Amino acid sequence: MPIANYLYLAAILFTIGAVGVVVRRNAIVVFMCIELMLNAANLAFVTFARINGNLEGQIVAFFTMVVAACEVVVGLAIIVTIYRSRRSASVDDASLLKR
Amino acid sequence: MMLSAPSFSYALLSPMLIVLAAAVLGVLIEAFMGKTHRAAVQLTVSIGALLLALIQIWQIRDMSSTSAAVNSVTIDKAGIFLQFTIIVLALVAVLLIADQDNFVARASTIPGSVEEQITTQQQVKQTEIFPLFLFATAGMMLFTVSTDLITLFVALEVFSLPLYLLAGLSRRRRLLSQEAALKYFLLGAYSSAFFLFGAAFIYGYSGSVSLVDISASAGSANDIFLYIGIIFMSVGLLFKISAVPFHSWTPDVYQGAPTPITGFMAACTKVAAFGAILRLFYVGFAESQTLWQPVITVIAVITMVFGSVVAIAQRDVKRMLAYSSIAHAGFLLSGVVALSKEGLAASLFYLFAYGFTTIAAFGIISLVRDSTGEVSDLNRWVGLGKKSPLVASVFSLLLLSFAGIPLTSGFIGKFAIFSAAYQSGNTLLVVVGVLASAIAAFFYVRVIIMMFFNDPDNDSVSVVIPSIKSRISITIATLITFVLGIFPSIILNTANNFANLIK
Repeated sequence: MPIANYLYLAAILFTIGAVGVVVRRNAIVVFMCIELMLNAANLAFVTFARINGNLEGQIVAFFTMVVAACEVVVGLAIIVTIYRSRRSASVDDASLLKR
Repeated sequence: MMLSAPSFSYALLSPMLIVLAAAVLGVLIEAFMGKTHRAAVQLTVSIGALLLALIQIWQIRDMSSTSAAVNSVTIDKAGIFLQFTIIVLALVAVLLIADQDNFVARASTIPGSVEEQITTQQQVKQTEIFPLFLFATAGMMLFTVSTDLITLFVALEVFSLPLYLLAGLSRRRRLLSQEAALKYFLLGAYSSAFFLFGAAFIYGYSGSVSLVDISASAGSANDIFLYIGIIFMSVGLLFKISAVPFHSWTPDVYQGAPTPITGFMAACTKVAAFGAILRLFYVGFAESQTLWQPVITVIAVITMVFGSVVAIAQRDVKRMLAYSSIAHAGFLLSGVVALSKEGLAASLFYLFAYGFTTIAAFGIISLVRDSTGEVSDLNRWVGLGKKSPLVASVFSLLLLSFAGIPLTSGFIGKFAIFSAAYQSGNTLLVVVGVLASAIAAFFYVRVIIMMFFNDPDNDSVSVVIPSIKSRISITIATLITFVLGIFPSIILNTANNFANLIK
């Protein structure tokens, strides 16, 4: 199988994530779509590491995982506080600032 | 295979390390110290660390190295100036942040609940803001000097994540504040993902994560990877500086976040993000300038015009300043497009001057209140000049500086940046920039007229007497705005001397 296929897969995953962020309304699902985009970037990094024949891309993938984990902590904290005060995690309900 | 230990030059890294160490210490203080003195100790640690970092920056001002942390961090003249700017701005901002009555007593309580009232009555203080603030500051400092894609991404997240949380900690109108945090977080994470995906393709193009190698490999491989990489990475960075069309979060977050945090965020994030943009475009993508220069020029033009025009329609002073900051991002992008030493020097000066004006302006906004908290509705600012001539005059001076009227730092900054753009042959940018400034001057002056020449029609709005910390902070920031307008050469010469990015 040609290695470029992994790049196509990364691009498809990234697109699914990017479109998902725009069309989904639940903050948790939006957040999952963002995680999907980060993992698509990871796949692209690892594929390029293979193509370029060096390890730097794989190192980036590890850093990205750690950063994504931190993002989950912060993101869920924010989403949970919002949910507790409104009983809803829909991004459409959070519209007080749009007047 | 032999593994050799990486070498670090700790002296060059020390300003960042000091701030990071203080942030970690702050977390420990949160865990182990009693409630009574915590706020005072946290403030002392923050100010002490920033002062120490400032001394360290002063001592390394003439040094430079491309291998401060293996090849990930380049300490050079421009990097040192940007780090200096961030530290000084953070020092001024921390005094505003130290005014605890802007922050919620305990963020975990539900807005409007009994626990919230109890914690507020007990005067519980949310002192976590200090470590979060220090982490953000350290991340910003790292962002301006990182020269590989890994460090850039990590630094971007290190300074963004604390800011998402800080945006949600306002004491009053908490639903708005939490909503601002949610929007900032979701859109910020979205743009980081774009940044990372772009970085993957840049790595695929050049086979290296180091900016110097990326520059060296220009024209050697599949160009489509380079296009994708530059576009996606730019999306991530343009989001951080709130350039149009990636600006939609700015007004909401500026309005919802606690005002001192808005000031810190508006000033320091701009410095950090522009630092990284300048380094990326001047070092990493310098060889492929024909690809990005036209696009960034168009974005700069749209940003300047959009920010200035939409600001006219705003009825909320924080939203108005948000759109004004969008317009300023456009002006600053002209310095990036110039791609010359003059452009770099002008950008450095502009960031320094704009940062202080912004912090002072948000400091003033936090003083105008009624019984329910801050009043940011512009209609209620009518006649403020009669109630408090001093505050209204200072705010007018700051607005004039935003507008770029002579004898303020804003004028010198705009003049420097437009002349750099002109010298590099971007006449279009200069013409649009001057027109946008003229439009912007209209709404700044309108606010001044409202404050001084209209009679107040309600008595509920008043200017609170600022605490000594806020007073020091606003005074310093205003003085710098004023002095830089009259004697710009102090910082302008320094910016010129420090306008050097090692390639």
